[in-house]
Amino acid sequence: MDKFTLGIAQLAPVLGDLERNLALHEKILREAEGQGVDLLLFPELSLTGYFLKDMVPSVALTPRDSRLDFLKRASRGMAIVVGFVEESSDHRFFNAAAYFDDGKLRHVHRKLYLPTYGLFDEQRYFAQGDKLRAFDTRFGRMALTICEDLWHPATAYLAALDGAQVILCVSASPGRGLRPGGTFANAAAWEHLNRAYAQLFTCFLCFCNRVGYEDGACFWGGSEVIAPTGEALVRAPQLEEALLTVTIDRREVQRERIANPLLRDERLDLTIRELKRITRELERILRARAKGTR
Amino acid sequence: MNPTVIMPELTLDWDLCAKVLTGFIQSEVRRAGFRRVIVGVSGGVDSSLAVTLAAAAMGPGNVWGISMPYQASSPESLTHAQLIADRLEVNLFQVDITPQIDAYFAAFPDADHIRRGNKMARERMTILYDHSARLEALVLGTSNKTELLLGYGTLYGDMASALNPIGDLYKTQVRCLAAHLDVPAEIVGKKPSADLWVGQTDEDELGFSYEAVDRLLYYLVDRRYERPALIELGFEAQFVEAVSRRIQSSQYKRRPPVIAKVSGRTIDRDFRYPRDWGV
Repeated sequence: MDKFTLGIAQLAPVLGDLERNLALHEKILREAEGQGVDLLLFPELSLTGYFLKDMVPSVALTPRDSRLDFLKRASRGMAIVVGFVEESSDHRFFNAAAYFDDGKLRHVHRKLYLPTYGLFDEQRYFAQGDKLRAFDTRFGRMALTICEDLWHPATAYLAALDGAQVILCVSASPGRGLRPGGTFANAAAWEHLNRAYAQLFTCFLCFCNRVGYEDGACFWGGSEVIAPTGEALVRAPQLEEALLTVTIDRREVQRERIANPLLRDERLDLTIRELKRITRELERILRARAKGTR
Repeated sequence: MNPTVIMPELTLDWDLCAKVLTGFIQSEVRRAGFRRVIVGVSGGVDSSLAVTLAAAAMGPGNVWGISMPYQASSPESLTHAQLIADRLEVNLFQVDITPQIDAYFAAFPDADHIRRGNKMARERMTILYDHSARLEALVLGTSNKTELLLGYGTLYGDMASALNPIGDLYKTQVRCLAAHLDVPAEIVGKKPSADLWVGQTDEDELGFSYEAVDRLLYYLVDRRYERPALIELGFEAQFVEAVSRRIQSSQYKRRPPVIAKVSGRTIDRDFRYPRDWGV
């Protein structure tokens, strides 16, 4: 499928209320069906809300939980990405995102980088994911990432080198810094990141952020899709709920990679060699330090 | 003083700021199952801004202001409270706190003006919460970031509220946003005062201007500048010291009461839920 319609549900989940959020998802799924969406993204922790704190275990689901069945059913017509708290069989809790398609759960991504600074406290409540894998979909090869993951360039680098032509990023970004310019300081930073990744890795970057307020923090929305040229194809309003749709033409990846063969010229061998050297040197320093303190 | 001239460091996108704060009021009030708010309207810029934001968020008919003068309160305070209420077409009524204050201090005639001022602030709080129940309206806070950091407020008095839309704005930012939202110039431009006794002004009592302290607080709190860097910026060591001490010594006012820990899960220590728990 060269062209597909991407939908972005920029919604405000209810904090800690799985039942109401499931109903909200069902409602938006129906709307998106009416608009011919092929792949619908919901934001980070869309089924639970973000600042959960001690509620994390009580809203957690295993991927086999029957409460997710309606998403499997709905995915017979349209692929769906939702954010949820995943409980593993050994009872760790992950900030996770799931990709459903054709009636099945196809992929789960567990957030790799858990912000624990400023207003964030994720490592107190969540376990770190330890895998980044691109995966094949009927719309081409994709990677699924969650918010802070993309503040570490290694995430986008690995995704692109693992063959992703579309990077999906689901987010719950609270706005900070209201200096003049019509947006939050961190929202402006996100705009730079999204464009830089799309352009550097000649891929589509689909950013789905939420809106709404939790404990005084305001999620700013501004979901957007950036083409491999670095150009924004569509942008949702700030602070308001929206269902955004846009046609993605995968041939744009090919065109941009012909014009700008950055990935062809990527030196993975060089990167690995130098990373190994850096690791060896770090280990040597650590060993020397350990000896010194004895 | 031109109240709308502000340091570049503290300049905000005022339109977006107003949008965020009105959205906050709407969201917090509705999710708690309310549609009305109630505000103590003093005629000063903080409560005038709070009531302006509330009127934009909930509609003027859902906003209730109470002015609560004491006999020594400046008549200008009442005029300005009426002015902002009329301009916004919000509800306003008056409760004179003189009888209850005087009745109480008849038994303690030697109480100083600090005790009297605190008592007035707490009487006003009980009146606001009483009418909060009567009108099914949430109490909107009007403490700004400057006074919260300096501890320049009465604990369980003017610091009490259900939600505070302006608590992350410094005083000079409150003035600018108020001016931006067309709060009358005579309110924005007047000398800030708690109006707890005749002739009181904030800046006399604090010993520095809001312009100076806001700039210091910005570097000290928001940017985490250390003392040498602040002095490099031109702040006097004594000023830095005095303000730092005030922030530290008023920390207790910004926290719930400390609880002696005996169980495995103590409220606010290891029993942690968001305030917006399930709403």
